[in-house]
Amino acid sequence: MATRGFVISRLPGFNPIATLVFAALYLPIIILVIYSFNAGRSVSGWEGFSLKWYAIAWENDAVKAATIRSLYLAASAAVISTFLATLAALGTTRRRAFGGQTFIYVMINQPLMVPEVVSAVALLIFFAMIKQATGYAGMGYLIAAHSAFCIPFAYLPIRARLEGMDMTLETAAADLYASPLQAFRFVTLPLLLPGIIAGMMLAFVTSLDDVVITVFVKSAGQDTLPTYMLGQIRRQVTAEINAISTVLLGLTVLLLTLFFLLTRKKN
Amino acid sequence: MSPAEQAEVTRSARNGWLLSTPALVVLTLAAIGPLAIVVAYSFMPPGEYGNVAWGFSLEAWQGILFTKDIFDGTLAWADANLTIFWRSVKLSVLTTVFAFLVGFPTAWFIATRPPNARALWLFLITIPFWTNLLIRTFAITEIIRKEGLLNTVLLKLQIISQPFEMIYTDTAVFIGMTYVYLPLMVLPLFASLDRFDMRLLEAAYDLYANPWQVLRRVIMPIVRPGIIAGSILVFVPSLGAYVTPRLLGGGKNMMIGNFIELQFGQGRNWPLGAALSVTLLIIVTGALLVYVRYANRETRHGH
Repeated sequence: MATRGFVISRLPGFNPIATLVFAALYLPIIILVIYSFNAGRSVSGWEGFSLKWYAIAWENDAVKAATIRSLYLAASAAVISTFLATLAALGTTRRRAFGGQTFIYVMINQPLMVPEVVSAVALLIFFAMIKQATGYAGMGYLIAAHSAFCIPFAYLPIRARLEGMDMTLETAAADLYASPLQAFRFVTLPLLLPGIIAGMMLAFVTSLDDVVITVFVKSAGQDTLPTYMLGQIRRQVTAEINAISTVLLGLTVLLLTLFFLLTRKKN
Repeated sequence: MSPAEQAEVTRSARNGWLLSTPALVVLTLAAIGPLAIVVAYSFMPPGEYGNVAWGFSLEAWQGILFTKDIFDGTLAWADANLTIFWRSVKLSVLTTVFAFLVGFPTAWFIATRPPNARALWLFLITIPFWTNLLIRTFAITEIIRKEGLLNTVLLKLQIISQPFEMIYTDTAVFIGMTYVYLPLMVLPLFASLDRFDMRLLEAAYDLYANPWQVLRRVIMPIVRPGIIAGSILVFVPSLGAYVTPRLLGGGKNMMIGNFIELQFGQGRNWPLGAALSVTLLIIVTGALLVYVRYANRETRHGH
């Protein structure tokens, strides 16, 4: 077995490059986090540890409003898209291939294939028409747009879970005189739940991170946290942005870790 | 097939469609349908204060490549537009190539870890992938801008006497895009390497192949689908990039994505913006079709 180590190390220079890549991926993020605790204004110099930028962000009404809006939007989009994706996943897995199935796949994955800026422009135009016709300018547009582009993200883990599930359990339930609805409620759904939660988390993160579509679709005074940050970065950069970024980063890493643990268990 | 079986198949297909319908309705209304309106808008004349005027016009499509002289109506190449297209394509290709050059060793590194550690390394690639693109671009901004960390450190160490300007250049956009899209290259490369049977390497070495030959003749053919998938996944968002060129390229170093936005903002030329969007969509669809064709051919050869 001595040959194992020798084989792997025979591709020269690969490991140093990989190490550099990991360092390069994380260094900017780590620096950003560190400087969110800087007492000074920006990354020009370290002036001591301080939570002042977190306090400033916390006191900032615009940040507060944007945070609430972001969470409300992401939660709505995650719930709606996961519900739709669950139905679609049940419809497209574990049955004999039927006509139009490929069409359904393409439709569901379409938001992943079209450049975001094109989708954003399309929604801007379409919603401008509706706005003009109805006069409605609420959050409905953002919720509809986010729900749509979150569907593929919710769909993928749910479908993966369904495909890995044992169908004999449902057959057994049917043999024991469970109605289709009972079989779904007491057998399929509990087994599927980790997939649904995983899908919902991915949808939530995807919605929370969106910049481009939100920038185009939002009406005046509908800033989410990312669009608020985009506006601030353009004006003047203070470590307040670092503090907000750090909180968002923390939330994303937390959700991803949960997702990681949730999907790993089944193996 | 008996009539009962036939009925069961029909019922199953109908249920499949019924269950998928709610998702399809939302996608049609808030994702796919609006694309059709963009196509229609690209054939209309611009309105005076933005939006469009009713009517048919090919002006927008002409405006992608040409400008019309206001006085004598002669057509000339729209140099500003061509510069933006060239920059978009150039930076996207550079980003894709460079992401592959550093992404491949990284994927290889992850694939050759012991199984337990592999999941963790993979997770470390996945975190940046799911992390807000704006935050990651901003992190790069903090390092390379004029008063940023790089200049501060270099000045303190007296390596340079004056801060150098890297931000708001094509190089800055290239660095930023490579940084934000790299995980999209590593993940599919890893997926194809993960299935790679490492014993093939031993066989190749036993037959006196040198490392370069092994890479070219043994590894490359097997990971080609991963390379194509990774390249598409990096190239497509690079070409349509909006946030990264906006933050790192500034107003002067626009890419197509920013140019499209400009038409809907200050430019007040919605039809041109629509025509540009359709063009971008066509290019991306072309790339995806090439991918589908290649990917299918690979699997057919494989079996």
